[in-house]
Amino acid sequence: MNLDTVIFIVSAVVAVFGATMMIAQRNPVASVLYLILSLVAQAVCYVQLSALFLGAILVVVYAGAIMVLFLFVIMLLNLRGSEDLGQPPKALSRFTKYTIGILMTLELVFIIKGAPLKAMATGLIGKAPDGFGSVEQVARLMFTDYLYPFELTGVLLLIAVVGAVVVAKSRKPGDPEETQTEETAGTNTNEAGS
Amino acid sequence: MLEIIIIGTLKVIAVVVVVLTCCAYSTLLERKVLAYMQHRLGPIYAGPWGLMQPIADGIKLMFKEDIVPDRSERLMFMLAPIVSFIPALLVFAVVPFSSDFSMFGYEIKGVLSDLNIGVLYIFAITSLSVYGLVLAGWSSGSKYSLLGGIRSSAQMISYELSYGLSIVGVILFANTLSMTEIVNQQASFWDMFIFRQPLAFLLFLTCGIAETNRLPFDLPECESELAAGYHTEYSSMRFATFFVAEYGYMLAVSSVATTLFLGGWQGPFLPPVIWFLIKVFGFMFFYIWLRATFPRFRYDQLMAFGWKVLFPLALANTMGTALWVLLTDSVN
Repeated sequence: MNLDTVIFIVSAVVAVFGATMMIAQRNPVASVLYLILSLVAQAVCYVQLSALFLGAILVVVYAGAIMVLFLFVIMLLNLRGSEDLGQPPKALSRFTKYTIGILMTLELVFIIKGAPLKAMATGLIGKAPDGFGSVEQVARLMFTDYLYPFELTGVLLLIAVVGAVVVAKSRKPGDPEETQTEETAGTNTNEAGS
Repeated sequence: MLEIIIIGTLKVIAVVVVVLTCCAYSTLLERKVLAYMQHRLGPIYAGPWGLMQPIADGIKLMFKEDIVPDRSERLMFMLAPIVSFIPALLVFAVVPFSSDFSMFGYEIKGVLSDLNIGVLYIFAITSLSVYGLVLAGWSSGSKYSLLGGIRSSAQMISYELSYGLSIVGVILFANTLSMTEIVNQQASFWDMFIFRQPLAFLLFLTCGIAETNRLPFDLPECESELAAGYHTEYSSMRFATFFVAEYGYMLAVSSVATTLFLGGWQGPFLPPVIWFLIKVFGFMFFYIWLRATFPRFRYDQLMAFGWKVLFPLALANTMGTALWVLLTDSVN
């Protein structure tokens, strides 16, 4: 068992633990914190796979920007953070819930069966080629082979920004919460932009 | 292998000790400079020129009662100062503080880790710094703290984008994300990125001050409205940890600014480490100077300034630089 394996096992366990605790928490702020923990652990996994750039971006964008916004919104809406959310709304029937659960478990089993776990554990997967996952390589792929998906994602985010502004601006003028509206618009724009 | 581990460990310890000492003495520097700017003397009783003052403060804070409010979320209340302090230290892992040198027959690199995505690493780490403040504000169970926490999250989000974009110009010119490589490219005086990217430098400095919650952008902790904001409920060493973390961030931003825009350790005659420290403390002096000069922004002014002035400027600078690089092809 070499150092890589130890690091992988630790970060993988932390990632799964964080994700599990995220959905097991009643307190939304604690959920956000566990999600951040999980994201940072995932970033460590990316770094181990020589995807340094992806790992750093994961932390910058998700852990650093989007989760701050989540926290911001939760804290604004639910000022008494320790108060629990009560019973969740019953939107799905029991049958649907169990069906989705079983399907996803099956999917997980197939993925785990297909994954070269043994090779990963013994470090036989081999080294990534030179420059793999570097900024240059990611950028080259993004602006050549995957140019259209990349541009489309940009357009999608732009639509989200416009939508957010429209939703935020739809209140009547002269509303006492006018300044509040402006602030929310700024925050939403940022969410989509990041 | 063992040698590498020992040298690495010693280097880490040395850097941590130096950074912590610098944090402690930055507090003295701040008090002294502020005092002289306001025709006062500042601390003078503890040692010559008050040089023992940071140590006296530290001992005093350690012996104060550690109060955890009843209404707080205990665990997070205790974690928050640490969460805010650790990222400040982690930044220094990729800051090149000297050229490579040899000591006792060993070749030693002037940086803890020459990561090839150094700049991004710094962003990843500093973007996590806000959680300490937000957690402190939320877990204290006090209105003032909560408002401070909410303010800091809004402020950080607003300034983070311009902060990141301001560096893109430098990266485009340097064509690398490695801090060491960026320093190497600024070998001569006019090569420093402050001359090639003056607007980016101003943006970086402004956003850096906002990110560290210093005057004139210290809304999360403004005394007059929020009674010290997110750390209202803290006392003893937990409070001191926040205090040290703030100075740690100032040092971190100063070091990054030095590395990216002022050529890092490059400079004539004096040893590289000395040059690095001179530049970093130049920035620290600037921080204090600002505090003595400017009043605080109003909250809506802060938001408007971030989104309507800094952000468009940063975008324009990025696009202009990209166009320039494309047209002149100065990279190749």
